[in-house]
Amino acid sequence: MTQRALSTPPRSLRLSVEGNGGSADRTFGAIGAGAAGALGLVLIGVAASVARVAWPSIEATGLSFVTTSAWDPSRDVYGALAFAYGTLVTSFIALALAVPVALGVAVFLTDLGPRRFQRPVSSLVELLAAVPSVVYGLWAALVLAPLLRTTVQPALARVGGPLFRGPNVGFGVLCASLVLAIMLLPTIASVSRDVLRAVPAELREGALALGATPWDALRLVVFPHARRGVFGAVLLGFGRAVGETMAVAAVVGSRADISPSLFAPGYTMSSVIANEFPAASSELHVAALAEVGLLLFVVTVAFNVAARVLVARSREGAPRWREAAPRPGAGEAA
Amino acid sequence: MNDSVDRLRARGARVEAVEASAKMSAAELSAWFGDKQALRSITLPLIERKVTAIIGPSGCGKSTFIRCLNRMHEVVAGARATGDVLLDGKSVYGADVDPVRVRRRVGMVFQKPNPFPTMSVRDNVLAGLRLSGIDPPDTDALVEEVLGQAALWDEVKDALDRPGGALSGGQQQRLCIARCLALEPEVVLMDEPCSSLDPIATAKIEELIHDLRDRYTIVVVTHSMQQAARVSDYTAFFYLGELVEYDHADVIFTKPSDPRTEDYITGRFG
Repeated sequence: MTQRALSTPPRSLRLSVEGNGGSADRTFGAIGAGAAGALGLVLIGVAASVARVAWPSIEATGLSFVTTSAWDPSRDVYGALAFAYGTLVTSFIALALAVPVALGVAVFLTDLGPRRFQRPVSSLVELLAAVPSVVYGLWAALVLAPLLRTTVQPALARVGGPLFRGPNVGFGVLCASLVLAIMLLPTIASVSRDVLRAVPAELREGALALGATPWDALRLVVFPHARRGVFGAVLLGFGRAVGETMAVAAVVGSRADISPSLFAPGYTMSSVIANEFPAASSELHVAALAEVGLLLFVVTVAFNVAARVLVARSREGAPRWREAAPRPGAGEAA
Repeated sequence: MNDSVDRLRARGARVEAVEASAKMSAAELSAWFGDKQALRSITLPLIERKVTAIIGPSGCGKSTFIRCLNRMHEVVAGARATGDVLLDGKSVYGADVDPVRVRRRVGMVFQKPNPFPTMSVRDNVLAGLRLSGIDPPDTDALVEEVLGQAALWDEVKDALDRPGGALSGGQQQRLCIARCLALEPEVVLMDEPCSSLDPIATAKIEELIHDLRDRYTIVVVTHSMQQAARVSDYTAFFYLGELVEYDHADVIFTKPSDPRTEDYITGRFG
């Protein structure tokens, strides 16, 4: 039966082995390459055209644009240092507040939490991430800022120190940082959750079978394995914090000052662009705002590159056995 | 424990002198994944310092069975078990029993080698001890001794600081065995330890199992009847979640009493 089927195929199915996949593969390859190339072109194109608009300001202010903080469009004085400072300070405070909580949420969702809570909490995190930022801004202006003014900041003022003094109006660096932290939380938590979930089950089981508690397994195996991914999640959060505009613009206080006090009003690069661009009249004002945009672009790229370098350097447990590598990972594991 | 032996006798199994020598035993052990029952009332002794092989076709519940022995079954979402497992006559499912402690006495080697990739060979060996908060006085000597027991020392003695994931598959599996032995377990469970290894690495692991039987109670789950015949003193045949037959390995492989066992070992199904 089988013999016959093999010797006399019912239909002529003799396939030729000559030729190649033909034009479809080539076309698809070209589309892919084109899309990848377009990505680079868009990035360079945006940077170049923003730089072109910003050119009058770059020419007029030179280096003082990034070294001074006086910003007065009515006299055509433009120094953006306070905006850069405000962006970095609010972003870092937001990260410092959000990262520990977000990692706690992620660990709850993957390893430590009761299974019946994991799904609802997971959906909640996704939901929080999907809320438009202007809603957070509105909430911060109507609820968070008054709460800070009446309750939180007076308490912090009693602690004292340079960070917690000055006028108590609610709106300011602290309020902006807090609303940013709340916005970063779901982003970092959901990406970290996915990263932790991607750690192979056999590694967790290997640790548990050695008599590890769930927390031991996290510490010993899961976190070291997921570290780069978690770092990526934090970086994503940082990118969101730096770029966030509306929520920050609503509560940051909008004053181009550099003050150590977290109560003081500040300004960020993205919020000054959003606030002033619609009303910018002079050509130099528009150019200066474009230069702020360029600066924002540069800061973001710089942090991404720096983070990538850091991650590459800390890479360990490489699958290949390289003779040259001296004790890979030994310092980290200790 | 005596109960379980009685039940075995009732099934017609020849288990002479089992009472005194069972290190662990399962008593009417059933297990589920969600609604799907994977084990049906298994009663089986595991004789001290002997190798017991569990054979049977895929999906017969043999991996689930050994995962119930060290309470790894319950790690999977939706998994549960009933019945009992005794270690030295004491239930490992008792209310006052910490599964973490059970797993330190009942070690496990998995189907796929799973050394911790972010740790060096040395740290992999010491991982279990560090988890238990034990700080051995001479770690170098201990690492050498344990890797020697796992027949890996000569191959990795100059590579102790290399990452565990950099070894070959067979070496990784022996590293996992060393990692398990470092805790001085009383029972070693091996879940198809050779299924991802080539014949030479498989031969090394089998030789190792042979050497380790003097010191440990060993349970090996295997697809390979030849392997079971080579390494085991006792063999249990599982089919569709049930224990079909349990006896001395030579009895199982020469004159099994259940026709299903005979069909399986002669290759008529599975």
